[in-house]
Amino acid sequence: MTADPLLNAAAEMATSVPQAAALGFQLVSIGESRGSIRVGWREDLVGNPQTEVIASGVVTALLDHCCGLAITAAKQERFPTATLDLRIDYMRPAKPRAGVVAEAHCYRMTRSIAFVRAQAWDEDASDPIATAQAAFILHGATPQNAPAPEAKA
Amino acid sequence: MSEAPAQQLEAFLQTVPYVRFLGMHAELAGDEMTAILPFAPHLIGNTMLPALHGGVIGAFLEMTALAQLSVTQPNGRAPKTIDVTIEYLRPGRAMTTYARADLRKVGRRIANVHVEAWQEARSKPIASLQGHFLLAEG
Repeated sequence: MTADPLLNAAAEMATSVPQAAALGFQLVSIGESRGSIRVGWREDLVGNPQTEVIASGVVTALLDHCCGLAITAAKQERFPTATLDLRIDYMRPAKPRAGVVAEAHCYRMTRSIAFVRAQAWDEDASDPIATAQAAFILHGATPQNAPAPEAKA
Repeated sequence: MSEAPAQQLEAFLQTVPYVRFLGMHAELAGDEMTAILPFAPHLIGNTMLPALHGGVIGAFLEMTALAQLSVTQPNGRAPKTIDVTIEYLRPGRAMTTYARADLRKVGRRIANVHVEAWQEARSKPIASLQGHFLLAEG
């Protein structure tokens, strides 16, 4: 364990949320408005048994979670948020039996909304398998009549 | 041919390991499919509420689109996801989630699919997805 509270919060967020733990997420790094998480390949996470490629749904969860981590980094504390929308473009499938790394950057934050971009790759960060663009509402900044924050981690 | 959609759906649901990881299944009425995601503790993204992980909801919507395509695509090869846009409307509570996919356009190479997920009432969707899928050339 480290004395850095942000790093501790990030490590906990990356691994202790039930869905993150079930997928086996590992914290790679947390930095200035950025966060990175890795998920290892596992037989039960395969999306196509013919190719043994990890399911795109796993990449979806990874990108979404990583965006939340980037907001934690930007806020300098663990901050509950709710996803408003998430767009993912899948450039290519991951390689067979390959794990996936994602990195997200919270590039703009208003009082109530965080805007985040993310990408995921298997072997080479410059050759992504997927990119994402998302908007999050910050917990505690929910306007009246808006849906209650769903808040992931 | 009459049993083919049910068989293709069953093949999709049974053979994709990640579908079993989610714990998802589906019911077919003719060619209309309802996907069902029973609540399970490992799907939680927020333990305080508790609420389903946004990524789980997105993945469930996407798998619903792929499952519906497996019902209608006769050649049995898996389509590839090109892009998805997921809108989150309400918190996903710790209960069963349902989803239905609407194949807006199925062309020779690309399918445009809209999916909606709900829990207590279909008129109160918790999330929706629009996506493009690349079809295996038959």
